[in-house]
Amino acid sequence: MKGKAKNLLDKKLRVLVAKVGLDGHDRGVKIVARALRDAGIEVIYLGIHNTPAEIASAALQEDVDAIGLSVHSAAHMTLFGEVMKLLKKNKAQGIVVFGGGIVPDEDIDKLKTLGVKEIFTPGVPLDEIVKFVKAVPQMRQGKNRQQAQSHS
Amino acid sequence: MRSAEKRFRNLSNIEIERVYYPENIGDLNYERDLGAPGEFPFTRGIYPTMYRGRLWTMRQFAGFGTAEQSNARYHYLLKQGNMGLSVAFDMPTLMGYDSDDPKSRGEVGRCGVAIDSLSDMKTLFRGISLDQVSVSMTINGPAIVLFAMYLVVAERQGVKFQDLQGTLQNDILKEYIAQKEWISPPAPSLKIVNDIIRFCVESAPRYHPVSISGYHIREAGATAVQELAFTLYDGLTYVSSSIEAGLKVDDFAPRLSFFFNAHNDFFEEIAKYRAARRVWAHEMKQRFNPANPASLALRFHTQTAGCALAAQQPYNNIVRVTLQALAAVLGGTQSLHTNSLDETLALPTEEAVKIALRTQQILAHESGVIHTVDPLGGSYYVESLTNRMEAEAKAYFDKLDEMGGMVQAIERGFPQAEIHRAALAYQREVDHGDRVIVGVNGFTEPEEQRVRILKIKGGVEKKQVQRLRQRKKTRNGKAVVSALEELARAAQSNGHLVPAVMNAVRAEATVGEICDVFRKVFGEYREVASL
Repeated sequence: MKGKAKNLLDKKLRVLVAKVGLDGHDRGVKIVARALRDAGIEVIYLGIHNTPAEIASAALQEDVDAIGLSVHSAAHMTLFGEVMKLLKKNKAQGIVVFGGGIVPDEDIDKLKTLGVKEIFTPGVPLDEIVKFVKAVPQMRQGKNRQQAQSHS
Repeated sequence: MRSAEKRFRNLSNIEIERVYYPENIGDLNYERDLGAPGEFPFTRGIYPTMYRGRLWTMRQFAGFGTAEQSNARYHYLLKQGNMGLSVAFDMPTLMGYDSDDPKSRGEVGRCGVAIDSLSDMKTLFRGISLDQVSVSMTINGPAIVLFAMYLVVAERQGVKFQDLQGTLQNDILKEYIAQKEWISPPAPSLKIVNDIIRFCVESAPRYHPVSISGYHIREAGATAVQELAFTLYDGLTYVSSSIEAGLKVDDFAPRLSFFFNAHNDFFEEIAKYRAARRVWAHEMKQRFNPANPASLALRFHTQTAGCALAAQQPYNNIVRVTLQALAAVLGGTQSLHTNSLDETLALPTEEAVKIALRTQQILAHESGVIHTVDPLGGSYYVESLTNRMEAEAKAYFDKLDEMGGMVQAIERGFPQAEIHRAALAYQREVDHGDRVIVGVNGFTEPEEQRVRILKIKGGVEKKQVQRLRQRKKTRNGKAVVSALEELARAAQSNGHLVPAVMNAVRAEATVGEICDVFRKVFGEYREVASL
């Protein structure tokens, strides 16, 4: 991961988008995936009913820059937490994780301390999500720099 | 607003005219197209007296945490004047997994109540006589399991099956189309639906074995026209498959019920309900020619649109829900759930649920809208819109007929793609400001109102898992194994599955164990991910 850092800004942005957990409410996630694709971002859409392990392994295999997860069953703390843990275990914390769904404000704060970069709740315009994802390379450069510093 | 190019379109993108005149409904024939309330084609309502005779049932959907917690909420709702119960199950139960399944981690009791075995179900209905209170259960893939548990609880309460009144959602087709909670592929799933219908015909004649649901189709992004068309076509599919399974149309059609959404566009929704009754009556007559007029009458439950609520300025949702509920009442609904103001944030608090219920009570007792039947009948606009909804729904019927039916259409991804397209178009309109949503893309405020939200106490999952493990230790293991084997044999030999599942439930077999039999015998359904 570290060696690739300098090329991050040049390569085409790749994002994994998926539902995690058991709920099948995929209206939002599909709209977001389409909007990202229409904005020229490479989207790998994994569909519904994915486990955290399936998400993490697909993200590593596909070498994505970001993961966008959707949960509507209120299981976000456990499921996002699990994905973050697996990414860390595989030394892939550089992947930017964001999400959406029915998430109360105080849980958003908690998710951010787990390393989730942003949570988009109902009513957020698509442009805002596209803008966020387009800024992922800058976030990754920042993250990688931090990581490199903490290693030195 | 760009007034020069402003067009007036409803949520199905139907262009609305400035004024409607008698010419707009020039060929309307009263006997053929409307009929008196309670008479074919039931456009004006299915009963002659409607709410003068009996109010709609105020039925709030609820469930969270453990069976004890949900039971307490049900007693609270009944005390507040709720007239029937409606059970929300958690994701593991909806998907047919036990609370201790690895797939259930983090999901137990979160968005509904966790039910693993018969003893949970007994707790859920403690102090509630199943012959007195009608219970609706939102469950589809594992519907047969929860229905069997409900029957056995009734048995233990000493209630006769013929006195049971309630509704099982049990609408698997709309799961493939929209809600996506399933176990097995369509063919064996439809067979299970037929078994449940058969059981009710023979043993529980007052119970509604299927609630054919457009609600979730609409929530997934469908237009009102798509909701109407796909739902009614699903209904026709259940009728024809039950007839193919050897049932007589008049034995079960009067017990079918529907479930629609009430979205924001007021007149469009009213027209949708009126068109639904007319289309159903005509199609049933033409396709199956039943002798009993009750087989032609479409009865329905309504829930206000969750997807039309905003997280921003949540108190505004009370007003949205009031308008949506009013549309459902003017459209002649038989029962109604009003959403709570805080449901885009979390499951509702007791206070929020109470306001939602009071909204219905104000409509019923203060607004005067119940005094006359179908008050908008004869309106040039509403009749014209009703005609238009009917015509557009029938255009979808033709397409679905051409594809060979709903199962084939689902396999081709047709309804799914139509809904996705509509959802995307709607979102773009909101994002571009073509549709104003107050508090979201208009009249926004920098500082948001915060509302108190319901917190599900921690430890539900741990407690439920412990309880399940304890129960697995104390039950008669041999009896469970033999009941599950018997169920597997019945499934393999195309046997009647309701009695077999009831036996397994009596032996305290769990939801997960019973659904594992289905997964093994019938296979698991998988959707191909596509955009």
